[in-house]
Amino acid sequence: MTSAAADLVPATRNALSLLLLAMADDEFVIGFSDSEWTGIAPMLEEDVAMSSLAQDELGHAPALYRVLAEVVDDGRDADAIAYDRPVEGYYHARLLDHGRGDWADSIARRYLYDTADAVRLEALSTSSFGPLRELVGKIRREERYHEMHMTAWIDRLASTGGEPRERLLAALERLASDAATVLSPLPNELSLVMAGIIDATGEELDARWRARIGPTFERLALPMPPPAADPVNARTNHSEAFRWLHGEFTAVRSTQPGATW
Amino acid sequence: VSTVAAVRSALAEVADPEIPAISIVDLGVVEGVTVTDDEIRVELLPTFVGCPALDAIAAAVEDRLAAFGRPVEVRFGFAVPWTTDRITERGRRQLTKSGFAPPGDETCPYCGSANVLTDNLFGPTQCRSTRYCRSCRQPFEAFKVI
Repeated sequence: MTSAAADLVPATRNALSLLLLAMADDEFVIGFSDSEWTGIAPMLEEDVAMSSLAQDELGHAPALYRVLAEVVDDGRDADAIAYDRPVEGYYHARLLDHGRGDWADSIARRYLYDTADAVRLEALSTSSFGPLRELVGKIRREERYHEMHMTAWIDRLASTGGEPRERLLAALERLASDAATVLSPLPNELSLVMAGIIDATGEELDARWRARIGPTFERLALPMPPPAADPVNARTNHSEAFRWLHGEFTAVRSTQPGATW
Repeated sequence: VSTVAAVRSALAEVADPEIPAISIVDLGVVEGVTVTDDEIRVELLPTFVGCPALDAIAAAVEDRLAAFGRPVEVRFGFAVPWTTDRITERGRRQLTKSGFAPPGDETCPYCGSANVLTDNLFGPTQCRSTRYCRSCRQPFEAFKVI
């Protein structure tokens, strides 16, 4: 355990581990999910771009799992946390439970995620918890490109009209009830705010997120995402689509436990 | 010559595994070198959090420093974020020479033309974008500004 984590009272440390688990699982799941486009994206440039985005996320996830492993300090390493949990143990936002779908689904899902994640990372940029603050400082420089790219795509699909716009609207509709789940309040989040680990509660982060995406949605005449339909289960009760993805990404590990590759 | 200086010049011979034209020192990846009688500690900064070349870089550093006859410990950290500003002038020249536009350089590394198109913000590795020169019709890669 890092000294920074050892200084925290147990309730705050538990809340911190849930925050880290949420962030790491979000990056892990969207990384695996988007890597499904490798080889079959609608054009070569996007095949490269989506694969590169996925690779970034699958780099952020282990770095976050490593910080988490030091905080929980229960003998599990980053790989054990990442791979050795049943479906029910994953704590990613339900927005990421929606499967790959068509291109518009993946773009809409990633746009909603990247903008919410940017708000979350910003709220951690002056965190009192050093290991997370340092990592976030580095991650933000990479995520900037993701948000830039996704904003360009939303713009392109929404303003082209015809089928691209229709598909984007349909995707936003399908994701609507879970669109806001990335920033849904975490258990005991007030203790994190009071310890200076994050600078706002989920409710405040949600307001910042809406202020961030509002101008884009207004300019493109897109419907703003409604509040999460079931905020209490924002990170539980995972879907069939995730159950399938979990089978995919644990396949090697469960065939050869403890293998390195 | 102090051992620290000798270690640093040895590290200047360790090439980046993905762009062998540039050393890890010119890439700005080497943050600190500590030498004691018992060990050599090298602190490195990952260019990208998930850079898959990190293990290869650590192994190359350990190999190159084995001649100093004491245990080598290589650590990666984020306390100081690696940014493209850390690439040295010499490193930038070496990138251009091997066909990569250095970060922030908007011209073609082959013919120097500014008539260049960003084909894709993303490229074959996390740290690169792909571009196309409309003057000499050469596709090339550019370092992302991070």
